[in-house]
Amino acid sequence: MAENILEIRGLKKYFPTKAGLLHAVDDVSFDIAHGETLGLVGESGCGKSTIGRLTLRLLEPTDGQVFFEGTNIMQLDRKSMRQMRRKMQIVFQDPYASLDSRKSVFESIGEPLRVQRIYSSKADYEKRVYELMDMAGLAHRFANAYPHELDGGRRQRVGIARALALNPSFMVLDEPVSALDVSIQAQVLNLMEQLQKDLGLTYLFISHDLGVVKYISTNIAVMYLGVMVEKAPSKALFERPLHPYTQALLSAVPIPSIDVHQERIVLEGDVPSPIDPKPGCRFAGRCRYCRQRCREETPEMREIEPGRFVACHFVEEAAKA
Amino acid sequence: MSENQNLLEIKDLSVQYVTVDGTVHAVENLNLTLKAGETLGLVGETGAGKTTTVKAVMGILPTPPAKVPNGEIIFDGRALNRLSAKEMRKIRGKQISMIFQDPMTSLNPVMTVGEQIEEAIRLHNRISRREAAKRACDMLETVGIKAERAGDYPHQFSGGMKQRVVIAMALACSPKLLIADEPTTALDVTIQAQVLELMKRLKNDMNTSMIMITHDLGIVAEICDRVAIMYAGEIVESGTREHIFHRAAHPYTQGLFGCIPNMLDEECRLIPIQGMMPDPTDLPEGCRFRPRCPHACDRCAQGAPLIEIEPGHQVKCVLCEKEA
Repeated sequence: MAENILEIRGLKKYFPTKAGLLHAVDDVSFDIAHGETLGLVGESGCGKSTIGRLTLRLLEPTDGQVFFEGTNIMQLDRKSMRQMRRKMQIVFQDPYASLDSRKSVFESIGEPLRVQRIYSSKADYEKRVYELMDMAGLAHRFANAYPHELDGGRRQRVGIARALALNPSFMVLDEPVSALDVSIQAQVLNLMEQLQKDLGLTYLFISHDLGVVKYISTNIAVMYLGVMVEKAPSKALFERPLHPYTQALLSAVPIPSIDVHQERIVLEGDVPSPIDPKPGCRFAGRCRYCRQRCREETPEMREIEPGRFVACHFVEEAAKA
Repeated sequence: MSENQNLLEIKDLSVQYVTVDGTVHAVENLNLTLKAGETLGLVGETGAGKTTTVKAVMGILPTPPAKVPNGEIIFDGRALNRLSAKEMRKIRGKQISMIFQDPMTSLNPVMTVGEQIEEAIRLHNRISRREAAKRACDMLETVGIKAERAGDYPHQFSGGMKQRVVIAMALACSPKLLIADEPTTALDVTIQAQVLELMKRLKNDMNTSMIMITHDLGIVAEICDRVAIMYAGEIVESGTREHIFHRAAHPYTQGLFGCIPNMLDEECRLIPIQGMMPDPTDLPEGCRFRPRCPHACDRCAQGAPLIEIEPGHQVKCVLCEKEA
């Protein structure tokens, strides 16, 4: 077992709103081992992107620690944090919004190198930018193009090349292929897989698309309304989801095949408001197995089987279904 | 109308967008038929011409820049493209309705949802305001929203609820044809499941025909009877769901299946389609998929017509010509 590159303990992020405190992330803990890909799934508003940002300290948490390679990054000052960020990078969902429209591809990819003053010679710097373009599968003729001249797939490749510039060991990928067409999506997914293999990267892969997450992840964590409800090895999770929410989530995905017919668990109603949530299990209001205890006591993450964690009081019952 | 008669027939439809940078051939010589009660899935990537095609059917193409140089759209025995704007208004919303992708932008933010459904009803039926209001409430109940929420404004509803309101509005006059343009793309999967169930149920209850635009083959498998695959303004393959899911013949269709990570597959490798969509102002001669096709050969420069390789299964590819 490889040691953990990232350990997250009791992470919380509350946003003050007029209506009360919005619990975006509420007491989440997990580890990511060297070289693995942890897929973080959940529906909109469940806090997955907030976790991505907290992990890199792009947002300050309300409470909790993030240990990166053993260092608690929450205690670093500005200068040491800037050093640390060389090792941890992020790729955002919308490549159009995350690239500076006034910077050419070359300038965008080179920016991290300039900010961190990596190279003193211009020749080395240029060589590195072109090397990064090769790694991301961008033809050199696009070096002087601006984001609006590129299609979505190439723009995302620029985002990836820029994230790779400082040789990070860990990357947060926040819905990196959601804005792309399926044929382009497959190209970008394969690219990220190849890069992981070649450079020994560790990924936190955030997505709402379960097919994509299953494809790329070693382990998967499922979020619901700010809390983590289940974490398991990818294969096991899809074979036998244990948490009632995971079961419903997986059954809701339309399968691109006409030979399998799956029983669908249709959840009633909508996700409740994350503002000042009631005590107890967050999923209780929509759960088939809900009892009195679920409304009073918040379930803790428990290890049900080796490597499988579930936060549910009645998981044994749900697992039988 | 008998069961096997065509409710909608699109013949040789072309749509162009004339811009300063050149003419975009968004749709070219497209043929499509839809039987009464049938659900057709129109599948393709961004820019394939799916939305342009159905906008032409609805008569809501922005002209200019859009231009329809040739083609005929026959709905229920009438040529829609020859109707006056006034006649078309009587059909739109009454006999053909459309659901758009984004429910946030297709509702009026300063009208209550009840008023918006009422408006659709009163435009096409000569009934009193009170009766229309009652029918609007009934429609809300049909889509699973409590009637007392008729006085609420769109911002008071969640995304899934808003899309339900849009569906209620579209079905308020019991249209013969419902066009749904990616109706669940903006929704979360569990909400998508609710909305798809609802659409399936209502379609059966009202015996409405439907054109479902989507890029998600999972939704196609779930809801469609027949499928048409579009690429760069043309239909490259069409057939029943069995034809497409079991015996896909066009390299693009096969490529699409290779691109989607399947949740059920044990070991899956993605085989992406190489390259990207051609520039719509500068389309390749002959087969438009040729530059990306793994089977491309010299004959592809001429291109192929849409040929029937088995009853009801049509493919536009030279590879299928010799087999036929």
